[in-house]
Amino acid sequence: MELLPTIWFIAIAVLWTGYLFLEGFDLGVGMLMKIFARNNTERRVLLNTIGPVWDGNEVWLLTAAGATFAAFPFWYASLFSALYLPLLLVLVSLIFRAVAFEYRGKVDTDRWRNTWDWAIAVGSFLAAFGVGAALGLTTTGLPLDANGDRNGGPFAWFSWYAVLGGLAVVGFALLHALAFLALKTDGDVRHRARQWFVRLLPVLLLPMAGWAIGVQVLSGKAWTLFVLAVAVVAAAVAWAQARKGNEGRAFLATGVFLLGGSASIFGAVFPVVLPSTIDPAFNLTIANASSSDYTLGLMSIVACVGLPLVIAYQAWTYWVFRRRVSAAHIPEAHSFLPAVAAKALIRKD
Amino acid sequence: MDALEIARWQFGITTVYHFMMVPLTIGLGLVVAVMQTVWHRTGNPAYLRMTKFWGKLFLINFIMGVATGIVQEFQFGMAWSEYSRFVGDVFGAPLALEALLAFFVESTFLGLWIFGWKQLKQGVHLACLWIAVVGSFFSAYFIIVANSWMQHPVGVTMIDGRPVMTDAWAVFTNNTALVAVPHTLFGALAVAGGFLLGIAWYHLWRRRRDGIDTVGADGKIIAGEAGIPGRDRTDYSVWIKSLRIGAVVAMISFAGTALTGDLQGKLMFEQQPMKMAAAEAACHDGTGFSVLSVGNVGSRNCDDIVALIEVPGILSYLAKGDFTTEVKGVNSLLDQYKADYGTHLPDNPIYGDRAGQEIEYVPVMEVTYWGFRAMIGFGGLAALAALVALWLTRKGTVPESRWLMRLAVFGILAPFGANAAGWIFTEMGRQPFVVAPNPDLNGIDQVFMFTAAAVSPGVSAGEILTSLIVLTLIYAVLLVVEVKLLVKYVRGGVASAMPELVHAPVDENEDATPRDGGPDKPGASDDVLAFAY
Repeated sequence: MELLPTIWFIAIAVLWTGYLFLEGFDLGVGMLMKIFARNNTERRVLLNTIGPVWDGNEVWLLTAAGATFAAFPFWYASLFSALYLPLLLVLVSLIFRAVAFEYRGKVDTDRWRNTWDWAIAVGSFLAAFGVGAALGLTTTGLPLDANGDRNGGPFAWFSWYAVLGGLAVVGFALLHALAFLALKTDGDVRHRARQWFVRLLPVLLLPMAGWAIGVQVLSGKAWTLFVLAVAVVAAAVAWAQARKGNEGRAFLATGVFLLGGSASIFGAVFPVVLPSTIDPAFNLTIANASSSDYTLGLMSIVACVGLPLVIAYQAWTYWVFRRRVSAAHIPEAHSFLPAVAAKALIRKD
Repeated sequence: MDALEIARWQFGITTVYHFMMVPLTIGLGLVVAVMQTVWHRTGNPAYLRMTKFWGKLFLINFIMGVATGIVQEFQFGMAWSEYSRFVGDVFGAPLALEALLAFFVESTFLGLWIFGWKQLKQGVHLACLWIAVVGSFFSAYFIIVANSWMQHPVGVTMIDGRPVMTDAWAVFTNNTALVAVPHTLFGALAVAGGFLLGIAWYHLWRRRRDGIDTVGADGKIIAGEAGIPGRDRTDYSVWIKSLRIGAVVAMISFAGTALTGDLQGKLMFEQQPMKMAAAEAACHDGTGFSVLSVGNVGSRNCDDIVALIEVPGILSYLAKGDFTTEVKGVNSLLDQYKADYGTHLPDNPIYGDRAGQEIEYVPVMEVTYWGFRAMIGFGGLAALAALVALWLTRKGTVPESRWLMRLAVFGILAPFGANAAGWIFTEMGRQPFVVAPNPDLNGIDQVFMFTAAAVSPGVSAGEILTSLIVLTLIYAVLLVVEVKLLVKYVRGGVASAMPELVHAPVDENEDATPRDGGPDKPGASDDVLAFAY
């Protein structure tokens, strides 16, 4: 039993789950900009629920990728190079989305806002889909040779699991966002979000359930099947709680669904981190893909201090900005004069 | 071009681009934090306005650094998978720690600062900015630790052909990093200094041109008021203070970069002698610093280069601290490198089509020689300009000359140029190695990797070319958008960052912001959203 690599496998699963939990809802809110919000004020309500936190959420992605690099360099190298074009799409999406949040309100015209709204909606969708596809593939396999390099050209990574994983994260993000909006807004947006949540839950969670079941079929274990069952129960609880109007509980239950789904998927694949579809002998595992025990030990110490601290101050952020946002809170967009004075207005003393 | 060359162009373009945003973020962040601290201590409304105005520009720029930073982390795995496999055990840790210990702090606390003007107590709100700024310093530290390991690998043992970390302390206190960190931070401050100076100059000039400020018989400023929100006497105070802060910061940071750069030169002489020689396009051993060398510096052929003007002794001083040490030139180093690391790339599939090719040990001297001079030149020019600016504004405002105003505004670019040139020099001067071998006493000589072996073997040239084109186009478009927004907000003046100046009567007691954490009052929008997207 390899203790440190196992711990780091769990740590990386936790980082990905943390990423999907947190950025899940801000990606979902981004997607909802164009299909849920009805007018500019509602769009601004949506944006301002995630405004103070989305950037901190996104760092979970950087940390997950960085930790994979540090703890399992061979996993990082093979996965990222094999998925070159899909990850390029994720990068482009994240660039546009980030810039759009900040720049959307900086020019007061409909055309400007509309452009960036599309950037947010499409960027959020593609980023969620791409990350989901990458996770779908790392749990089901890529055509890797003995060196861990992708064989078969730029699109050889494609499999239906990529699509399923992509849809799974998109679906989860949308649902989680609806739960988040019901919890964080007031007025019409809040009620509509809850309605949508109840109506769409089965459809939106189906792909993630399908992915989890697929992985169970490929490499499931007794305990991962049990955890998956817990996840399904959590989904039912989320649905029932949302119907009753318990928004906080519905949000938490969606989170438990994610936790269960992700544990069942990563748990089933363990100890393989990236299967090869060419030959199981080329599988990357926690044993042959990991860094030395010295490096993992160092990282463990730092993570034991750092991660609880991150969770603590991020939780505090959510506490500071805990109040619901509603249309009435949105100030009017202000336009400003350039500081060029018309001569007539100048008075001299 | 093959995959390797395209991947190198991509890394160069994305990194130089990312590092246009980063120094401004680091430098301006510190300056804004100081401004807010002064406001917090004194309640002087001019400092609140400065905090808001420069803070707005800071944020417009910050987001671009964030957006382009993700590319940096991903492309090691995407385009440089062999490199990632080779160095992962030691190189991944600083990147992971950067995210975990620094970037989380920076993003989370900056979010608190942007949106928390009313939700947080004044002191806590200020502390959030300081924490974010310190986070950005640590961010720089971790990234430079990673980079310094490529310049000067330490703390590892070779096991199965890969460096394995055995001494984390050595990696995180690598002397290369310890001098590069302050050098980079001072470089970032220089950018912020020039930025403040240029923009504040523009506004002072504008106030004079619009007839708001006039100059008395003794040449002293007479600050006036215009009946436009935000163009009062406090506004004058905002710009003259910003200008002076900018000028002083620019001069201090140039002194800082010079001192730390001197230390770096001495380390480079020990650790990467070929880079030192290439910085000078120095073919033969000697002591002189070349002021001007002519001939085809880019030909990598020493017979083509003639040093026209040379100052004897200076190169020795840069390298060793005296005036007599012979610094080895390219010719004698070439034999040494060939003897130590071979004349041809090994016949290993990892080198792809380049296996067995002759190794070019001399970096592209056109780049190293002029990169080194551009760095020092732009840096020095900016500091000199700052000194002149202080002199010209000693009576309280800028001259009426439009020409000088333009010079001050375009001067903003000089420290950016110095930063970019410095990085291009230090990265290209490391070639043909991606991890440079270190012949010095403390280095581990046989830890090195040729750049030719680092690129992803499974990724096609077409894929990398696609990303190069896509990213370059997006970067170009976003640069235009960023600059346009910056210009718009600069022209808008303080009012652009403080709508309360326009929409409410100007109240000199601007710090009296309500800060009760009471329950939700209907219509009390300011309590929920101090700042709204």
